[in-house]
Amino acid sequence: MFVNVSGNFMIKKLANNIRKHAVNMTSTGGSSHIGSILSIADILAVLYGSVLNYKTDNPKWQSRDRFILSKGHAGAGVYAALAESGFMSVDKLKTHYKNGSDLSGHVSHKGIPGVEFSTGSLGHGLPVAAGMALAAKINEDEHTVYVLMSDGECDEGSNWEAALFAPHHKLDNLVVIIDRNKLQSIHSTEETLGLEPFVDKWQAFGWNVVDVDGHDHEQLISACNSKMVGKPLCIMANTTKGKGISFMENQVLWHYRSPQGKEYEAAIKELEKNDA
Amino acid sequence: MRDAFLDKITKLAAKDKDIVLLTADLGFGVFEDFESRFPGQYFNVGVAEQNMTGLAAGLALEGKKVITYSIGNFPTLRCLEQIRNDACYHDLNITIVASGGGFSYGQLGMSHHTTEDIAIMRALPNITVVAPSNPWEAGKAIEALIKNKGVGYLRLDKTNGSQDNANDNYELGRALKISSEDNDNDNDNDKDVSFFVCGGIIQEVIEAVELLKESKISASIISMHTIKPIDKKSIRDAVKNTKLLVSVEEGNIIGGLGSAISEYCMDYQQIPSDFLRIGLDDKYSSVVGDQAYLRKQYKMDSQYIAKIVQERILKKI
Repeated sequence: MFVNVSGNFMIKKLANNIRKHAVNMTSTGGSSHIGSILSIADILAVLYGSVLNYKTDNPKWQSRDRFILSKGHAGAGVYAALAESGFMSVDKLKTHYKNGSDLSGHVSHKGIPGVEFSTGSLGHGLPVAAGMALAAKINEDEHTVYVLMSDGECDEGSNWEAALFAPHHKLDNLVVIIDRNKLQSIHSTEETLGLEPFVDKWQAFGWNVVDVDGHDHEQLISACNSKMVGKPLCIMANTTKGKGISFMENQVLWHYRSPQGKEYEAAIKELEKNDA
Repeated sequence: MRDAFLDKITKLAAKDKDIVLLTADLGFGVFEDFESRFPGQYFNVGVAEQNMTGLAAGLALEGKKVITYSIGNFPTLRCLEQIRNDACYHDLNITIVASGGGFSYGQLGMSHHTTEDIAIMRALPNITVVAPSNPWEAGKAIEALIKNKGVGYLRLDKTNGSQDNANDNYELGRALKISSEDNDNDNDNDKDVSFFVCGGIIQEVIEAVELLKESKISASIISMHTIKPIDKKSIRDAVKNTKLLVSVEEGNIIGGLGSAISEYCMDYQQIPSDFLRIGLDDKYSSVVGDQAYLRKQYKMDSQYIAKIVQERILKKI
């Protein structure tokens, strides 16, 4: 259980556990997106291990912080974080991607306490999160709404509609974290549809932007505490796709490939070294 | 119809603070009173329908009863995936309202012709699809859809059809008979034709029925305001009692009201003696014209309806 622990050691362990679960889930299920999951494992560990307020015995607790994974293809990472945090049994993770399971390849809320919203098609999370943040403002609730997006996902126009909306309505209870690993489906983001100057774009839209190392837990926690009155917060989390498994890092192949055989063994071995 | 909708949501919003109206920058001269009376219950989100629908999902997840409003195809086709994934899959209390059904905005051109909305919305699970035939039904429909909790689609026409069913009890999914002066006490068993209609085009059917009377052809008119879920009983009764079933809708013939009726008939082996679907024959219109003109152009006006029905009935004889 890693409920609301602030010790850096615990977050590191949580991050490593999320990575190990993800390798196991994508290997046994034969599913894709391990690179995308490894990219956000530290962000998920910081959120579930330190930042988010929640109660595992009351997932719909009104004062909980809300979290939406907009890059739904990294759903196995969220399932792992939820299991490690006590929302479901770690054993259930073994059903990921299997026939009859609740744990689909893209994150789904059905039958899974702790998942606020199902995603999978890109560009959906931010508008919904903005709606949740708007509702909190109307209701004068104090919680925060977090949404984790990929950088490639920012090709979708719907995000920019919401990016205009949130500062206009002063949604300072909304936090966007962008997994800036600079790789998308086929090539780099800059080769595909240039996002740079990316930080400037969000600033120009009226967001309070904090640029951090997306694998540095202290920086991420500090960024989550950088809210400004009257402005939504955008955390540009600079990450490495495939982070933590050397032969997967920055390799677009691991957006698709499922770790099997020797690759699986090498991946787990590398992660287990971190437990020593 | 839009006035009836507005009147009803104004009354409902005064009593229920959870009702939130989102518009994608349409409704000039329409929502000013609502906006000033209900702060925190009205947001013009800008020309951004995808975000509007996502926002609606976020608001509804937090317990709001959300109405998204725009015209034509903008609140439906432009943000179809948001309706499917965000609203319907999550089974949220969102009512999508499109003003300007069918050829309501005729002269504005093809982009503003709302002619595939019913078919496309109907194909989504977890949605109720409604096209009222008159302002009274429109007011009743929005009230029922908000109360219904799930996702609803409400298609409003610019024109107003008959108000002759205003004394009935309204229920989603229950068709209403439109009475005409000398038909009130008639027995449906004696009728030659049963018209099933959705939307303001019912006015054309009412006029067509008057023309048919001259040829001694009797007809009943049923307002099938709810296309999904379809009222099975009303179809079953018509199959049993009349020689010819006719569906009339101001939209593409594929997938709409006529299709919904056909599906029921085939699935439940309720085969009518004869069946005719009137609607847009799988095409876009590039012709400029107002609603009445385009109905005539695309064979949905009262004269055409009377003519084709007469031919079908006589051929049968």
